[in-house]
Amino acid sequence: MSPNLVALAYLIASVFFILALKGLSSPVTARKGNLFGMVGMSIAVLTTLTITENWALIVACIALGGAIGTVVAKRVQMTAMPELVAFMHSLVGLAAVFIAIAAVNNPVSFGLPAILPMGSKLELFLGTFIGAMTWSGSVIAFLKLSGRMGGSPITFNGQHMVNLIIALAMIGFGLWFFFSDTTNWTAFICMTVIAFALGFLIIIPIGGADMPVVISMLNSYSGWAAAGIGFSLGNPMLIIAGSLVGSSGAILSYIMCKAMNRPFLSVILGGFGSDGGTVAVGDGEQKTHRSGSADDAAFLLGNADSVIIVPGYGLAVARAQHSVKELAEVLIEKGINVRFAIHPVAGRMPGHMNVLLAEAEIPYEQVLEMDEINSDFSNTDVVLVLGANDVVNPAAYDKGSLIYGMPILDTHKARTIMVVKRSMGVGYAGLDNDLFYMDKTMMVFGDAKKVVENMVKSL
Amino acid sequence: MIGEIDPTIINITIFVLAIFVGYHVVWNVTPALHTPLMSVTNAISGIILVGAMLAAGSVETDWGVWLGAIAVTLASINVFGGFLVSQRMLDMFRKKDKKGNV
Repeated sequence: MSPNLVALAYLIASVFFILALKGLSSPVTARKGNLFGMVGMSIAVLTTLTITENWALIVACIALGGAIGTVVAKRVQMTAMPELVAFMHSLVGLAAVFIAIAAVNNPVSFGLPAILPMGSKLELFLGTFIGAMTWSGSVIAFLKLSGRMGGSPITFNGQHMVNLIIALAMIGFGLWFFFSDTTNWTAFICMTVIAFALGFLIIIPIGGADMPVVISMLNSYSGWAAAGIGFSLGNPMLIIAGSLVGSSGAILSYIMCKAMNRPFLSVILGGFGSDGGTVAVGDGEQKTHRSGSADDAAFLLGNADSVIIVPGYGLAVARAQHSVKELAEVLIEKGINVRFAIHPVAGRMPGHMNVLLAEAEIPYEQVLEMDEINSDFSNTDVVLVLGANDVVNPAAYDKGSLIYGMPILDTHKARTIMVVKRSMGVGYAGLDNDLFYMDKTMMVFGDAKKVVENMVKSL
Repeated sequence: MIGEIDPTIINITIFVLAIFVGYHVVWNVTPALHTPLMSVTNAISGIILVGAMLAAGSVETDWGVWLGAIAVTLASINVFGGFLVSQRMLDMFRKKDKKGNV
């Protein structure tokens, strides 16, 4: 194919990618959107095949990678989605580094001049270091999410200073590479190795509770890595697709930061979450809470007109999604209005809880976002909180509180609140939850799955 | 005039406009589908496969080709894994829709 035809085919593929993202605006059109994405990718790959040699090698590698990808996609548990996504981000990062090295090694085969001009060197530098950081950062995120590495932040004195010095060293080697007349492998390799190390160092201080932000951020990085390689190779297809992904990840990071009440800048710089895990500050007085059995809770639920269920990640840990679905069905049969309220950080990644509920075959029409449902709590009879804590803590409205300003589900406004929890323990923020001590709140202690099953039985 | 412009400037133009498109399209994605959004974008960032193919498919066969071949394999895992797992998730959302209509 002529370069012009190739460019036009890439344009068509780009339009398909935009349509793919557009499709995700509603669950009804989302499947078509995903299909558009596949079509776009097929066009891009087939077009590229027409301008490359070594078809056998390329097709064999695609087949191998495709087979692995297919198996992983079929087998992965929905609760393990964050790990899978982190794993896949790491692949993009590593691929970017390999391509950049190949381009430095043999620029001519990518249509670049044999002696790399400064502009190309700068672009290769950017593509390589973003890719390297994406890889190592994602590997750490994957290890933390899959429990192969402890979720607690790893911090040491002068961490930010060390990171800064390392970052400056990396830029120094980058400049050396940039200003060398010939291909300066020493500078390039040192720069790459430092970028890998920096990726590790930036993610290790981030605690497990903050992983939703980290995954979104790495999602963004993986897009920028692709765009960076696009600049290096002068390939608009990579630039467009990479930018789409990059801005998508950035928006998700922003949404997660807002939902967790974290400043965006400190997330980008890394090292946040280290001030978390503070000990609950007791005010000395012994507060009393009311507790009840699953039967009591079922009685209250059965006599309500409207019920809102607030699921937290504790629900998924207890594998109680299917029991909750049964509970909802029983209540709906009694003519009760049952809805689910989802906080943006209810799961371990953006939208995770929605997928877990969808997997349990809970109709998505019943599942509402925080903004859609928050004004309804005040005229709801019973709120059932399952395995959520900080996201329903009314202390977020208290100016003196650590979590002041964090958007929460206004469960405390409902007529009756029931909280299913293992114990009175504190959540990630390390704060006591006043909701549990309200007169209209009933605590139901126990494993979420067993409690919900018992509720279904007594109904 | 267009012939005199450095290709990098044209690439920057494309880059900035694509970010704007991405920004506006992604804000319209329903929060309920943010996990599939992430897996779809994951698959799309597998577009780096195109760059990997150029590396693996270069005329001169030296070790750069093998790096390219590894990159093709890695990016393909992304492309296939990303789109298929998105499909699997979105199918769950669809089933609900069917049920809701019955």
